[in-house]
Amino acid sequence: MTDQDKILSDVTQSEYKYGFVTDIETDIIDRGLNEDVVRTIWEKKNEPAFMLEFRLDAFRKWQKMKMPEWAYLKIPPIDYQSISYYAAPVQKAKYTNLDEVDPELIDTFNKLGIPLEEQKLLAGVAVDVVMDSVSVKTTFKETLAEQGIIFCSISDALQEHPDLVRKYIGQSVPVADNYFAALNSAVFSDGSFCYIPKGVRCPMELSTYFRINAANTGQFERTLIIADDDSYVSYLEGCTAPMRDENQLHAAVVEIIALDRAEVKYSTVQNWYPGDKNGKGGIYNFVTKRGICRGVSSKISWTQVETGSAITWKYPSCVLIGNNSVGEFNSVAVTNNHQQADTGSKMIHIGKNTKSTIISKGISAGKSDNSYRGLVKIMPGATNSRNFSQCDSLLLNDTCGAHTFPYIEVGNKSSKVEHEATTSKIGEDQIFYCNQRGIDTEKAIGMIVNGYVKEVLNKLPMEFAVEAQKLLQISLEGSVG
Amino acid sequence: MLTIKNLYVSVDGQEILKGINLEVKPGEVHAIMGPNGSGKSTLANVLVGKEEYEVTEGEITYMGEDLLEKSPEDRAKEGIFLSFQYPVEIPGVPMVNFLKTAVNEHRKHRGEKELNAGEFLKLMREKMDLVDMHPTLANRSVNEGFSGGEKKKNEIFQMALLEPKLAVLDETDSGLDIDALKTVAHGVNALKTKDNATIVVTHYQRLLEYIVPDFVHVLYDGRIVKSAGKELAFELEEKGYDWIKKEN
Repeated sequence: MTDQDKILSDVTQSEYKYGFVTDIETDIIDRGLNEDVVRTIWEKKNEPAFMLEFRLDAFRKWQKMKMPEWAYLKIPPIDYQSISYYAAPVQKAKYTNLDEVDPELIDTFNKLGIPLEEQKLLAGVAVDVVMDSVSVKTTFKETLAEQGIIFCSISDALQEHPDLVRKYIGQSVPVADNYFAALNSAVFSDGSFCYIPKGVRCPMELSTYFRINAANTGQFERTLIIADDDSYVSYLEGCTAPMRDENQLHAAVVEIIALDRAEVKYSTVQNWYPGDKNGKGGIYNFVTKRGICRGVSSKISWTQVETGSAITWKYPSCVLIGNNSVGEFNSVAVTNNHQQADTGSKMIHIGKNTKSTIISKGISAGKSDNSYRGLVKIMPGATNSRNFSQCDSLLLNDTCGAHTFPYIEVGNKSSKVEHEATTSKIGEDQIFYCNQRGIDTEKAIGMIVNGYVKEVLNKLPMEFAVEAQKLLQISLEGSVG
Repeated sequence: MLTIKNLYVSVDGQEILKGINLEVKPGEVHAIMGPNGSGKSTLANVLVGKEEYEVTEGEITYMGEDLLEKSPEDRAKEGIFLSFQYPVEIPGVPMVNFLKTAVNEHRKHRGEKELNAGEFLKLMREKMDLVDMHPTLANRSVNEGFSGGEKKKNEIFQMALLEPKLAVLDETDSGLDIDALKTVAHGVNALKTKDNATIVVTHYQRLLEYIVPDFVHVLYDGRIVKSAGKELAFELEEKGYDWIKKEN
């Protein structure tokens, strides 16, 4: 092993820093999945009647479906009957201030570097904390309410705004869209709901921190964001999970609907437990994220930095229905050790003069496999539409893999689609050049990787970009500060 | 400052340097000349610790210490600078970030306070004038899209920022037109003091008209076969390398 390879392997094998378990009383239902379990979840959550139909419809369809096998992933068999589908931290009453929140919970947030108080004061971010499925604390709700913005857990939304939820849920991602979306629709326990009324620019970035906490609890989050005419919102989702030996299933659904001239920015930093160096443990992350630009000149952009999870299966997509609507996907996906990622985007152009951009940056290290999979589909009626896709892969050694699976379908002659792809190995010459200027290998790799992903990080809100940069360093460079 | 004794170096099992001896003192300029494939670049690379160059015999002492024990970055921080024959491009990394990191790594090594952005920019502007670098180059990625001449100027610009004790210029004249050559040479000469030394590795005598050496060594087939003053460079230019080849 050369020195450089040794340093590379040292720095790329640092242990996950967020592995800890919070000991909080939890209400868990028995393991297994059947119609009764679906009913129990519905009852426990005291949801309106239409949700029972929604859930049962999804469950029945799910039972007839098979797990998708087309991804470039080796997925161990998952026993869906060995999972408990509902776990809620036991809550005595709603909190009015932070002192009443379980100190252990606060401690967890502190370890994650997201003290609620500071978040509130410094960042001006309203945080809807989802911990094991039930919303514990919602901040800034009142400030937002003054503008008519609804930002709450989807459970609360089902109680307080059932008609809004009913109108939009399942529109972007129909219950039987795919295997994991169907499972989510049947058993989702909680998630976030956001409605921005006509003409309102949301004055702050809305943020949700997800954590998976109870052992063996599959987490099925459901997020629904609706931006009404001429509105704007930037939404942040950040994730970390405690270290576990057993694999944990996560199948989230995020739906976005943008009406006339509305704009939604959705940013994710995902850092779930990726498993240990030998590929043991880690989160299975099967996510369905889709936005519909339903209104004219509407815009939806997805920005993601994915460093965690043992397996990632995720294709944030845009359906561009409104004329002149715009879809964007910006992604950095890092895989290390034995991680596998099959991720990318779908851009479906239906309206005229629609535009989409895909920027994907994959970084592979260790023995990992990192695939980009994308679909650009321009329907015959989507005249004068444009897509630009750029898919770059960076390999850090000889034992990892990078793969690209682009699909392009163009249905008319006035549209234009461009696809660029590069694969490069981090150059020994580049590292040596840095060494010769007094910069050690670890710092050199950090600098080169950050240079490589800069284009995507620049799309993130400022404070999130800093967090993302830190995550990249933790994922790839061990102790580099 | 630098003492090379009986140095043997192999690359991929093939012996390239076969017993080099060289002594460089502060304030001196040494030129290493020789035909292609004689081992000039190998000598330059082994000094800065490039991995694939394996020292099989001999020793190198730098500032009284065993140089071969040290990592490439430590050699750099202790004052050895290589102006690369083919500077690499590092896309996405702005020159200014790269250089600020390099300068501060050097400063930390010397126990000095790191420069903040403002202080660094001031220093950078000063040094840019020296090699007539266009200020916008600092905002571009390291060497990316630079012309051949810009890359070489950029090497000397970095040398000006890092102020090495021992600068090794590997074929710095290759690919330069006469104006760029003069600019680069002017930069090197301006950086010369009585305390630092320069090793100029070159195929042609041309550069030595502008960077005047105190000693000229002719490298042939892995050995220094002739050493003399600057007049040797002119003799070589006149007679060509065949003259050396015939004698050996």
